[in-house]
Parts: sequence; C-alpha cells; structure tokens
Amino acid sequence: MSTTTAAATAGPAPVTKKAAKPPNPARIRRRRRLAQWGFIAPAVIFMALFFGYPLVRNIVMSFQDYSPSTFFTGESPFNGTDNWSNVFNDELFGKALWHTILFTIGSLIGQFCVGLGLAVFFTRRFPLNGVLRSLILLPWLVPMVVSGVVWRRILDQDTGVLNSFLGTIGLGGDTPWLTSTSMALISVILVNIWIGIPFNMVILYGGLQEVPKELYEAASLDGASAWRTFRSITLPMLRPVITVVLVLGFMSTVKILDLILALTDGGPADSTQTLGTLTYQNSFVQLDFGAGAVVGNILILISAVFAVFYLRANRNEGK
Amino acid sequence: MASTVRTPAAPTRTTGRPKRRWGAMAFGILVLCVMLFPLYWMVNTALQPESGLLEVDPVPHGLDLSGFRSALTDQGGNLLTSLAVALGAVAICLAVSAPAAYGLAQFGLRGTRTIVFGTLITQMVPGIVIANALYSAYVDLGLVNSYAGLMLADASLGIPFAIVLMRSFMVAIPREVIEAAEVDGAGRFRTFVRVVLPMSRNSLITAGLFAFLYAWSDFMFALTLNTTDDVKPITLGIYQYIGAHVGDWGSVMAASVLSAIPAAVLLVLSQKYIAAGITGGSVK
Repeated sequence: MSTTTAAATAGPAPVTKKAAKPPNPARIRRRRRLAQWGFIAPAVIFMALFFGYPLVRNIVMSFQDYSPSTFFTGESPFNGTDNWSNVFNDELFGKALWHTILFTIGSLIGQFCVGLGLAVFFTRRFPLNGVLRSLILLPWLVPMVVSGVVWRRILDQDTGVLNSFLGTIGLGGDTPWLTSTSMALISVILVNIWIGIPFNMVILYGGLQEVPKELYEAASLDGASAWRTFRSITLPMLRPVITVVLVLGFMSTVKILDLILALTDGGPADSTQTLGTLTYQNSFVQLDFGAGAVVGNILILISAVFAVFYLRANRNEGK
Repeated sequence: MASTVRTPAAPTRTTGRPKRRWGAMAFGILVLCVMLFPLYWMVNTALQPESGLLEVDPVPHGLDLSGFRSALTDQGGNLLTSLAVALGAVAICLAVSAPAAYGLAQFGLRGTRTIVFGTLITQMVPGIVIANALYSAYVDLGLVNSYAGLMLADASLGIPFAIVLMRSFMVAIPREVIEAAEVDGAGRFRTFVRVVLPMSRNSLITAGLFAFLYAWSDFMFALTLNTTDDVKPITLGIYQYIGAHVGDWGSVMAASVLSAIPAAVLLVLSQKYIAAGITGGSVK
C-alpha cells in the first residue's frame, strides 16, 4: 500500500524530479500507468482465457445439450436443468461423490501423518540427513501416470511383487489389490498417500525450522517429555503451516485423475470412480459435455469452499 | 547457543550420542528404501524385458536392454514431443509471468491486490474443468491436436505458481535499485530486462523448473486436447501402452524409466531450487 501513495505523491517518473516543472504531469502519469499495465496485461489476458473463460463456459455448458453429433452439427441447444437432474438421478454420481470423499480424506490423513512423522524425524542431526531428505522427493517429481503404471504392476494379484512378498513372509499373498471392488479404492488411496508424503514432509520440515529453538530449550529445562513438547510447542507453532499443507493437499487430491486412470481406469465396476474421473467419462468418453460440466461445476464448488480456507490461512501468514 | 540461528537441526538433539545418530541414519535409509522401492522396481522390471506376465525377479540378472530398445522405438518420438511441449510451455510461462510478477511486486497499481487474489484462486480450478471448456474452444480455434494448443494449456499449469513465486521474490528488490537504473536513462523495459531479471535469477530458475515438471508430467491435457496421434507426449504414450501391451511390462517400464529421467536429473542438479519451489510457492 505504501508504494501506491509514494508513487502518487512523488509525482511522475523520478527522472522528472530534477526538472523544475514537468510539462504535463497528468498526461505523463497516465502514460506511465499505461506502460506499467503493459507488464501485467499478458498474464491477466492469459488467465482470463485459461481460467476465467472455462469457469464461465462450464456453467453455460451445464445447461446445454451435448451429444456426439454436436461435434458434426455444431448444435448444442439449451435444455434447462436436464443435465443437472440427469446427473443427480444417476446413482453413479452418488457413488463418485462418496468415493471422492473417502479418497480425499483417506489420502490426506495418511500423507499428513507420515509426512509429519518424517519431518520431525529429519530434524534430528545424523549423517546423510540432507541427502536422504532430498532423495525422498523423487516419488513426488515423477509423472503421476508413471507412478500409477508402476504401482499397477506391483499390485498385480498374481504376478505383482507385493503379493509375492506377502506370501513369502506368510501374510496371505493373494489380495486382489486392484481387481476387487472392495479393495481397489483402498489401494488407490494407499498409492496416493505414497505420492503425497514427500510434499507434506518438505513443507512441514520447513515449518519446523521456523519454530524458535528457545522454546525447546525452555521445555527441556522444565523437564517436559518429548510427547509433551510435541503437543504443546511443535503442533501449536506449526498450525499455520499445517493449515496450508492440508488445504493444498485437499486441492490437489480432490481433482486427481491421472493416478486413478492409470491404476484402475475407474473400475472395477466403478468402484474407484470419483468426481474427477466422472467428469472425464461424461465429457470425453460419452461425449456428453453437458453432464461433464455439471459434475465439473460441483467439483469447483467443493474446491471453492476450501479455497476460502486457503486464502484466509494465506492472509494470516502474510501478516 | 542461541546465537547460532541457522543450525539445521533442533537443538534438543544436537548433543545426541554417536550411537543414536547412526541408529537414526539407519532408520532414515530404511525409510528411503521403502519410499523409493517402486522406482527401483520400475528399473528392475525394465531390465527384465521378457518377463511378460510372469513374476519379476528381485534383481536383474544382466543388463538386458531390449526393453529399452523397444521403448525407444515405440516411444522415442513421444519423448521428443514431451520435451518440445514442456520447453515451449516453460517459455510461454516465463514470458507471461515474469513481467507480471514484476508489475505486481513493484508498481503499486490499483487492482494489484485483486489480481494477486485472482492468481491464488486460479490455482484451485480443477484441470479437468478447464479441459472440459477448453476442448470446445480449441475445436473452434483449430487448436486441437496442435503443439501450440498443448503448450498453451500446459503453460497454464505453471503460470499462477510462477507469478506468486516470482512476485514474492521481486517484492524484496529495493526500489532504489530500480529507480537508479531509470535515472541512468534506462527505459522501463530495459530496467526490467537488465536489472530486475538478473537479480531474480534464482526465482526464475525455480519457476521455470516447476513449469517444466508440470508440463512434462501433464497427462490430462494431453489426453483430452488430442484426438489423433499427431501430438502425443510420453505420459499419454505410456497410458496407451498399458492398454495395448499388457503382456510386455519390460517395455512399459523402460518407457516409464525414460519418462522419469528428467525428474531425477533435475532433482540431482537443482535440489535447492526444488525444495525452495515446494515451500516458497505454497506457503507464501
């Protein structure tokens, strides 16, 4: 804010400060402002086209009738709330919503708990600490489709290494990880936890570095136990970072598509279908973009609620 | 002790006995092994190409590179496509977001807060929603199955992040430095190119790195904005590979290894930028 007033009172460009009287201050200021907007304009235009337009278009599309023939005829007449009622009456929507909730909550809890545990662990000082910490990032950097494909191989019921390992140590070894309707969603969640651990760990580790060391010294002087220290110092001090991690984790988990398509393609029998994959199915497999738009809008609505949390957390962080 | 502010470890642990330190290291290595096992398994399977649908041995017997050979034959072109698309996306991303980040950081224009707010919001729009609307627009514009179309869409993955990250960096550039350059007669654009960009080098690298990773990893836009095989990045290639070649896991895994190489190389070459990007882009 201070920069605005400074710029306004200091008059036009600093160059003109030396001149006793600039020719036409208002005009110069206007031209200057215009030149400054030139820096920002491309980004604003880009974001309007690639984020603003899709948001609006998606709402409009959800009231239009799309069918495979639309792409030949170019006609997509408005059909009121037909798409919405069709989607809501389809039992697959309820399933997908439920799977999305389970997938998101399960992934978040798993990623966060393991990530936090590892972050605390890595605050210890030991040889190779830095190297190990950065190598753990790898799963997060590999394309998600690729992770999905690799896990698909590992989780194969008959020839996957997980089952043959479990068999060797006498723990069954015949689990249909991805091919049974009761296990598939759990498996997908487990893989997503694996993907999310590095991200959680890095951010939480960063947050731990910011906790003033004096607090720990005071706690140890008071003879506080490790658990007590963690609960009364680490967790409260880490709260803003925890909020950010959870909200960002939520935003990226709720819309996941690649991983599920690579692991199960939404199957078996739609048991891993989520709102993200359902949007894709409706629009790009059935070519019913109207129905896809409805599910997409609901996805946005859910994200928007959490966006508010994120922005509030961000604002507190900035102050 | 309180004066040593930047010690990487918590002070309660600094006096840990050597034995416990080695114990911690062993545990750390164990954690790493568990976390990286799937990646090891990917390499291992890739080196056993004839395994087909059989179980895979825990260690490769020799270096059988036939999986890599067929992966390169089938997917080599897709790797190049990925590279071209990702580099194009990085170029677009930086060209659009660096000036914007500077403007939002230093000009103090009215509306700055709204734009920064909007930038944060865009990070939350699910990609599939964008693809949904973009597809019909792309059909009208003739951008389906085009490099330009995919580059632009992939650039959108990195732009909000890049703006937020670079802006938080450029806010810290002292105004005096910029004013001094302008007093010396440099135009606004020259000041930006000659003074601001070099000073922001680290944040540019970080933003570019992430834009590259986002675009390289992109699967959704590749899947939805292409209807033919004209523009097929490696992520899409691998996905279609498992559909068609379920029996040939050696080749699938070899292609996966090849597609994961950029991530591994970037991690080794620029780990400090990656750590900075993960934390900086999200917290600030």
